[in-house]
Amino acid sequence: MAIGLTWTIDDADTMTQGEIYGEVLTRLGDENPNIVALTADLAGSTKIGKFQTKHADRFFNFGIMETNMVGFASGMAESGLIPVVSTFAAFAALRCAEHVRTDVCYNRRNVKIIATHSGTSFGPAGPTHHCIEDLAVMRAMVGMTVIAPADAYETAKATAAAIEHDGPVYIRIGRSFEPPLWKDLDFDWEIGKAITINEGTDITVIACGPAVLHAKEAAERAKQNGLSVRVLDMHTIKPLDNEAVMKALIDTRRIITAEDHSVMGGLGTAVADVIAQSGKGCVLKKLGLQDVFAAAGYPEDLQHQHKIDADGIEEAIAEVMKMDFEADEDWEDEI
Amino acid sequence: MALAAEELKMLQDKAYQIRRRIVQVTERSGGGHLGGSLSQTDILVALYYKYMNINKDDPRWPERDRFVLSKGHGGLGHGVILGDLGYVADEDLDKFGKTGSIFGMHLDRHKVPGVDASTGSLAHGFGIGLGFALGARLKGLPWHTYIVLSDGELHEGTIWEAAMAGAQFNLTNQTTFIDRNRLMIDGFTEDIMKLEPLQDKWAAFGWNVMRIDGHDFNQICQATEDAKKVTDKPTVIICDTVKGKGVEFMEDERKWHYGGLDDAMAKDALASLDEGKKKRDAAEKKAS
Ligand SMILES: Cc1ncc(C[n+]2csc(CCOP(=O)(O)OP(=O)(O)O)c2C)c(N)n1
Repeated sequence: MAIGLTWTIDDADTMTQGEIYGEVLTRLGDENPNIVALTADLAGSTKIGKFQTKHADRFFNFGIMETNMVGFASGMAESGLIPVVSTFAAFAALRCAEHVRTDVCYNRRNVKIIATHSGTSFGPAGPTHHCIEDLAVMRAMVGMTVIAPADAYETAKATAAAIEHDGPVYIRIGRSFEPPLWKDLDFDWEIGKAITINEGTDITVIACGPAVLHAKEAAERAKQNGLSVRVLDMHTIKPLDNEAVMKALIDTRRIITAEDHSVMGGLGTAVADVIAQSGKGCVLKKLGLQDVFAAAGYPEDLQHQHKIDADGIEEAIAEVMKMDFEADEDWEDEI
Repeated sequence: MALAAEELKMLQDKAYQIRRRIVQVTERSGGGHLGGSLSQTDILVALYYKYMNINKDDPRWPERDRFVLSKGHGGLGHGVILGDLGYVADEDLDKFGKTGSIFGMHLDRHKVPGVDASTGSLAHGFGIGLGFALGARLKGLPWHTYIVLSDGELHEGTIWEAAMAGAQFNLTNQTTFIDRNRLMIDGFTEDIMKLEPLQDKWAAFGWNVMRIDGHDFNQICQATEDAKKVTDKPTVIICDTVKGKGVEFMEDERKWHYGGLDDAMAKDALASLDEGKKKRDAAEKKAS
């Protein structure tokens, strides 16, 4: 069980994913009087408003002023408080980027940003409300821990771990209608440690966020075709579990990354960095948004169009299995 | 200035039709930003059906007046007007927000003809709109820019940055309207983050300020025309409105910022709009 979680969520079945996050933060607030919750006219939408019902004196709604809210969060941390900021990812990571960089990271403040409606999860709202750049932006922030939980249970663990962690943390979650990967909180979860969802020896799919569940399903389908697919839930994008990537590289030599994010700068890029610097040969395919905005539409359709659902991952598995990697360790004959 | 009875009735009837269509599109699409679309309707109707120099057969006619809906989530109401004017097909509107539709909740200028700026992230539209005006003046272009802001987005610092710049550059070839419906998502602005005294704030930022009833066409039109006579300051017209205007059970109700309508609710909403029109017609008859 993750640090800080000394209780279980009893009525999780009746709560949406977002509500579980709101509930968890409220319970953490019961235990830790330093937690303060900040939002910008999205108390209901992000579910951080749950905190208000129990800890009204430690809840601040700034109206629609995200950048200023991040500045306040940085300042409030001075007195030992732990500000938890929630708004949509597009505003938290992009509109507030410089405030996060300078006020939170450069000033090294213990601020937690829990950004909802990330990726394409707010589908019908269109590109202004999608956020396919936050992992890239947040990864580049000095000292920032970046987490993309696979579901609400992981969000619960990540939130608790973020409060324990001394330093800035960015957690990106969806719109809260995503189907859960886990059934309850009874699993081990640690910042920076990938979870092996499925063992496999032919190919590895490294996924984060809602793509983990899709990768799991794709692996089950591929099994019917006699393929052994490893699935890694890479919930922490930074610090990345380099060891798990290296192990996948050595064991399977074929890697697919899948994320509800641009293929520029997110999980795929982080994994590619590790592979490229290892000096070892490997086939890599990055699934995600290929430098395009997703249209407005239902999230499940967008995930299908951009091949980050089970169908897309299954297709990529077949494709990558056909590709050749440089099998020998001797690169001289290639040059 | 009072509008001629005929013109007043044309605008009122148009607004009624637009509100009905907003309800219908919401029912079909599964959800929409009802509250703000209904509150902004009279302002947009006055602009689109009386003032704006536009050509539906040539949506990108270079000399057209420009329009920026900075409160981009009002795209539902804006889209319905563009549909009524013939910029987009009715079938497209009925697919509002669905996969494959040209309409997301926030309008995309590359997909929806007649849209000059893709907005949705609040408070971006003001700077963009004022930029339209500054560019037009520099190039000696004849068009006027109309900008509609929500009250909630006035919390954003960028609004006041733009306001300062608009006054500094004396952008009188634009008119800005504020849909002052007092509500945002989590509650009333005055409970969450106070905006008043709003006239004083704008005046202090160097703007010519008017404050009117944003559901009274006589006042909207008078202000729109008066604004164009002021040449030493840019003009902002604060329009006091009601969120959810016209549908009684939505009026002033926070929860109708965004919502879906089932068959029965949609019927109730339409009945409420019909009732309003009936009352207006009866009052008119009595007066004449
Ligand atoms: C920068 C930004 N922050 C937050 C949001 C989410 N959001 C959409 S509408 C809205 C507030 C609605 O109130 P208001 O702006 O006053 O519009 P209206 O009442 O006219 O619908 C918020 C916070 C957003 N679209 N953009």
